[in-house]
Amino acid sequence: MPFFGSAVLAAETTVESAPNPWLSWSYVTSHTEQLLQAGQEHILLTLTAVALAIVIAIPLGILVRRYPRWESPVLALGGVLYTIPSLALISVLWPVFGLSPWTVVVALALYALLVVLRNTVVGLKGVPPDAVDAARGMGYSKVAILWKVEFPLALPTIIAGIRIATVSTVGLVTIGALVGYGGFGSLIYSGFLQNFWHAQIMTATLACVLLAIVLEILLQIAERLLTPWARSAREA
Amino acid sequence: MMALWDWFTDPANWTGSNGIPVRFAQQMGITLIAMAIAMVIALPLGVYLGHKGKGGFLAINVGNVGRAVPTFGLLMIFAAWAPIGVGNLAAIIALIIFAIPPLLTNAYIGVRDVDEEVRGAARGMGFSGLLMLRKVELPNAVPLIAAGIRTSTVQVVATASLAALVGGGGLGVYVVEGFAIQDDTLLIAGAILTAVLAISVDLVLALIQRRVTPRGLTLEQAAIEEMA
Repeated sequence: MPFFGSAVLAAETTVESAPNPWLSWSYVTSHTEQLLQAGQEHILLTLTAVALAIVIAIPLGILVRRYPRWESPVLALGGVLYTIPSLALISVLWPVFGLSPWTVVVALALYALLVVLRNTVVGLKGVPPDAVDAARGMGYSKVAILWKVEFPLALPTIIAGIRIATVSTVGLVTIGALVGYGGFGSLIYSGFLQNFWHAQIMTATLACVLLAIVLEILLQIAERLLTPWARSAREA
Repeated sequence: MMALWDWFTDPANWTGSNGIPVRFAQQMGITLIAMAIAMVIALPLGVYLGHKGKGGFLAINVGNVGRAVPTFGLLMIFAAWAPIGVGNLAAIIALIIFAIPPLLTNAYIGVRDVDEEVRGAARGMGFSGLLMLRKVELPNAVPLIAAGIRTSTVQVVATASLAALVGGGGLGVYVVEGFAIQDDTLLIAGAILTAVLAISVDLVLALIQRRVTPRGLTLEQAAIEEMA
């Protein structure tokens, strides 16, 4: 069931014997199981990588805020990790973890680290000093100020970082196909290697975009639920 | 470690069509062609939309949706599509699409967010239309536009390694061959070369970014940082 430019398809069918449509519903129905499996792997790889990045980046951001001397070197190191091509990160980790999902997860976590870290630092910096002063005046301890005042006020910026990190990670997981753990990327790559199987390449790519959009929307909802005060400010 | 040292000091890896200089030139060639075309498309459009103060929805959402499109998938689609086929062209087209969002978004925001007071002062001096754009809006937008070019170029030079997956050239060839024949040395040598290239490009562009930023704007930024 081709939708994708009949002229192109006409040109191709003269070269190839079998029709090779880009969009085919019969591909989706006959490969539902593979698609679901790839989707599950894709989600798992993405969430593990982002979770790992969060677990490292947020405490690091708080520490860096407490000890500003470390801010530049830590952010610079994060920047270097972010600049290293993800293909190179996966390659370097491959001899360490081998053909395991961790090769992909660790490489992508290192990549997502900078975005979450930078937004944590920026978010904490943006907390109005008045709010901190008021809390101190009310007798809040340093820890209480951090958890009850600074962190909640920085949360929208931190979540914005997590959203960007998540959406880029969804796209980058595909490169994991090289080590056999790429979620939809594995379908894209095997479709390419199997005689340019258009339907598989296109379906898996679109599924990847769809997953990124769904996760983005879910994180937006999570942000609204976690920061109810921002909502009342928006409505006011 | 010794194997890596041997690889990098082996003259055979520095000559011929699979030598480092040729692979490096291919990677830079793919990057420069993709960036040049992406800039010709995205910068005038972003500047125009920012100048008119219209199309913000387009300029910003192209950025957001663009991030969700996997370059790996685009690359495979173009390479598997008969009119383009395998090779460097598929990589260049995928990279153009990959490069556009940061360029477009930054050019748009850079021009749109020029201080209203600065615009007002220029208007009072009789500036309008193209003159306003050329003498006031563009110079003020330079820092953000330069930042967009830097971000895009670094991502493109890093991602250009993927060209090797679809029969193209570049430093990624070492990585892909390394995976194919399970040769750790080749794999890591390729990874090091692509990483060093991306970091070097970032550093060079950071210097250029500082150079092209108008003096008044850097002073202002320094002041804001000091106040914070």
